[in-house]
Amino acid sequence: MKKKLALFRGPGGAERGKLLLISVPFIVFILAFNYVPLLWWSISFFRYYPGIPFDKLEFIGLQNFRFLFYDGAMILKVIRNTFALSGLIILTLPVPAIFAILLNELRSNKLKKTVQTFSTIPYFISYVLLYLAFVTLLSPSDGMLNELLVNQLGLLSRPITVMTNEKLAWLVQTFVYLFKNLGYNAILYLSAIASIDPSLYDAASVDGAGRLQKILHVTVPGLIPTFVVLLVLGLGSILSGAGFEQYYVFGNPMVLDRLEVIDTYTYKLGIIQGNYSFGTAISMLKSVVSIVLLLVANATVKKVRGSALF
Amino acid sequence: MKTKRTPMDILNNLLMIAVLVCCIYPFYCLLTTSLTDPTKPQQWFFIFPTRISFKAYGEIFTNNQILGPVAVSLSRAVVGTIITLVCSSLFAYLVTQKLLPGRGMIYRLMVVTMYLNAGMIPWVVTMVNYGLKNSFLVYVVPTALSAFYVILIKTYIESIPAEIEESAKIDGAGFFRIFISIIIPISTPILGAVAMFSAVNQWNSWYDNLMLVQENNLRTLQLMLYQVMNNMKVVMNDPRSAAQASVMNRPSMLSVRSAIAMVSVVPVLVAYPFLQRSFTKGIMLGAVKG
Repeated sequence: MKKKLALFRGPGGAERGKLLLISVPFIVFILAFNYVPLLWWSISFFRYYPGIPFDKLEFIGLQNFRFLFYDGAMILKVIRNTFALSGLIILTLPVPAIFAILLNELRSNKLKKTVQTFSTIPYFISYVLLYLAFVTLLSPSDGMLNELLVNQLGLLSRPITVMTNEKLAWLVQTFVYLFKNLGYNAILYLSAIASIDPSLYDAASVDGAGRLQKILHVTVPGLIPTFVVLLVLGLGSILSGAGFEQYYVFGNPMVLDRLEVIDTYTYKLGIIQGNYSFGTAISMLKSVVSIVLLLVANATVKKVRGSALF
Repeated sequence: MKTKRTPMDILNNLLMIAVLVCCIYPFYCLLTTSLTDPTKPQQWFFIFPTRISFKAYGEIFTNNQILGPVAVSLSRAVVGTIITLVCSSLFAYLVTQKLLPGRGMIYRLMVVTMYLNAGMIPWVVTMVNYGLKNSFLVYVVPTALSAFYVILIKTYIESIPAEIEESAKIDGAGFFRIFISIIIPISTPILGAVAMFSAVNQWNSWYDNLMLVQENNLRTLQLMLYQVMNNMKVVMNDPRSAAQASVMNRPSMLSVRSAIAMVSVVPVLVAYPFLQRSFTKGIMLGAVKG
């Protein structure tokens, strides 16, 4: 007891005690909102309904995890969709970097500023609105595109479908993701470009490097660290892809076969059907696998490059 | 040193302008649709709204349905942002204090939450058990501390020269005194960026609404828009809707929906240019740290 109290004695002791006291509500808050939900993982082993006291809960062991086997076809489809959509997102990771390089190469500073400003706007637009904007453009009955192609120009006899086209579903979602995040991610790369030592470019010029060679040998290596961070994060969120909201909003019966991902599946089973234990079982599996993926990706990158996310 | 424009430059310029158009056009389309009077024949309204009419806006503001959700979204943006700013900045300042015992651990406890997520259903169950279901508090309380904002603000505070704080301490100023009269005024650029992020996030947020709030008078604008849109999915494929609307001399559902969309996007667009600079700075700061 005396040893512990020694922390709060001597010069600065009172201040230490005061600071610790101030930090208590914050620690409680962080625990309550970020760590207590982890304790709720335990209900995946019980038959849980809200309002039932804890001592009355029925222990059912691993019963909730049996879905992996008896609803196999559905699970396989959900996992396939999740991996396909996330895989496409990871494949497009270089696009914002390329965009940033092209933006940086613009001669006109005014155009550069304008494009940068406007390309970031979609990041701040909600998915509901984004969906509406896409529908306004692409709807087969009154969308602008079909209005133009069919009625105004007469190029097509029948309207084309995009949002309800199952074959295009994955590509459309990847495009939506890019549209929303391109400008935002490009800012990360632009700041990396800004921090490249200008003397490297001068040295390259002295060596007779042209513009393209400077990009390849100076700019691109300067962007690798940022790219690696985004790659590790992308691998860590491979089970989420663009996230619940995008797939939920853009989902419709015509494309559901391609857009049912882990998150939307969890929502349907857990919230809509009210099966909290079952939903928790999926949430828990997803979180654990995601963390493991993130750690493995991080460790791998660390081994190869010497530094990584953490 | 100025070099001549090469064909590559011109190509690049064109490409960037194309990106620019792609980013603006969808929203411009929404605007023109909301302003188009569907009772008149549509002509090239996707470039210029030829028959401007404010009927759709009149419709949504007179039938009172939209005012409730707008008020809810606005209050969560204001209240939520204030709570986030106060709590996150105070916590960020707290973990810069060398005298705080175990500050490294306390800070890590926060940062780990960026990667460690319990998942959708456990989160919902937790909120239900805290009694936050069907409560306005579920919009503004869980967001009070966010690892991302804390990292941004902490990084900024650490870049303030230590002497400023030291001299205030010698003058006898305490923790809160220094926080309010020194740290906050110096940190306004980063606080502005965080306020922008938070306000836009709050305004756009409806996930918590969908999961935890069923009460109609707590419905956010985004969820209302989603529901209107979902009803539209049926009507949309019915070509008669516009014709029927014209018979009844009322704006079509398409215009009404677009008008609601405009109402929900305009605050973001208006706030955006003012805060764009500070927010770019904010991400860059975060990028340097990350």
